[in-house]
Amino acid sequence: MNRVALGLDGVLETTPRFRLQWEEMQQSYVLLYPEGMVKLSLSAAEVLKRCDGKHTVAELLNSLKAQFPRGEGLEQDVRAFLEVAYELGWIRNRPQN
Amino acid sequence: MNSAGSETDRKIKPPHWMSLELTYDCPLQCPYCYNPVDFARHRERLSTAEWLRVLREGRSLGVVQVGFTGGEPLLRHDLEILVAEAHSLGCYTNLITSGVGLDEARVRALRKAGLDQVQLAFQAPTAELCNYMAGRDVFQQKLEAARLIKEYDFPMVLNFVIYRQNIDQTSAFLELAGELKADYVEFANTLMYSWAWVNRAKLAPTLEQLRRSEAIVNEYRSRYKGKTKIYYVIPDYFEGRPKACLRGWGDIFFDIAPDGTAMPCQLARQLPGLEFSNVRERDLRWIWEESPAFNRFRGDDWMKEPCRSCPERHKDFGGCRCQAFMLTGDAANPDPACHFVPDHQKIVDLAMPSITGRVQGGELIFRNARNSLALGQ
Repeated sequence: MNRVALGLDGVLETTPRFRLQWEEMQQSYVLLYPEGMVKLSLSAAEVLKRCDGKHTVAELLNSLKAQFPRGEGLEQDVRAFLEVAYELGWIRNRPQN
Repeated sequence: MNSAGSETDRKIKPPHWMSLELTYDCPLQCPYCYNPVDFARHRERLSTAEWLRVLREGRSLGVVQVGFTGGEPLLRHDLEILVAEAHSLGCYTNLITSGVGLDEARVRALRKAGLDQVQLAFQAPTAELCNYMAGRDVFQQKLEAARLIKEYDFPMVLNFVIYRQNIDQTSAFLELAGELKADYVEFANTLMYSWAWVNRAKLAPTLEQLRRSEAIVNEYRSRYKGKTKIYYVIPDYFEGRPKACLRGWGDIFFDIAPDGTAMPCQLARQLPGLEFSNVRERDLRWIWEESPAFNRFRGDDWMKEPCRSCPERHKDFGGCRCQAFMLTGDAANPDPACHFVPDHQKIVDLAMPSITGRVQGGELIFRNARNSLALGQ
């Protein structure tokens, strides 16, 4: 099975057919895709915002740790979420040029 | 439950999704078309300015998904203008097309306008049957359209409409989806409404055909995993459970017909006793929140038994109002596709004799203005 490469120097991006945006009426971040919409929790949105095709996984983790200073669990939670997001096709490894 | 609680339950949610039927005109004549059988009688068309207003009103209500459909929406030369407006308002924009008229200049213009995805329909995976059902030679144009859609990097949904004459080509359909690099495949058994209802005895597959095709689809699901996502829609007649039609009346979806009539579904105009407002006369907020027609089947106060006390009613919302009307003559009746409904078997057998193996043949009635005027009388 395909798995997301979560090496620290890897770069993740949102798959082009998915679009992340804030929805005023829903008072939440949503992920839009062909004829569909997923409402996101704030933490999920914070992770996905950082899958921008520019920053490495290490930078993504550091920025989240800076914004949400808490115990040891954060990195594990984020990695678990990224696995799920990858499995659902929301994110991908940035193609090598 | 206290009264405050039930008030909250009844609160009208914002719509997510609007379907804009830009025109009923279409170069094709598919005998299962979803447009009303009497489409030729509805000649009025909203202007560009009126569609732009609809987009802005819909967005301010909360709409995030806009479907541009028809007829063939590419016949409207202002399509790019409307897509650009929907995009700049922050909507996800979906084009639902036959592919006829989708040349490179238009694909490029739609890309520039900010179109998000294209849904391309195929009548069959072979030129002969595809062209026969469409009523003209379109198969090559569709292949070329699919190539352009991918070349310009759009996510592509292939919509395969399934009926008795093509269901045995399931493998060929899915091979084609792989060759064309579809992102999604909607493998949709024909829903028996409108023109398909007129032709239902000739289009409905047998249960045996359906099971065979289902097994093939499952095989390809694992083969295409991670590349192409396959949705498979089975008619609810076969399952004994009604579909949660649009997740309930006036819940997340509304449709605007070419003449500006606003409805909770594309086919609601056939229901007697309901008066649907036109966006030329009323703003969308009033139509969505206040109009009697949109409130008629909201929630579950309108339900009869066995739906009223059924634990499934929050999953299937009593099924489809149009189907209830077509099969029983009363849109407020439970959808007889449900096996809890008395006479379920009898009604389904009348609607869909092929399920019990009584296959009927005969000439298909194609969707065109002449047949529309004749059938509408």
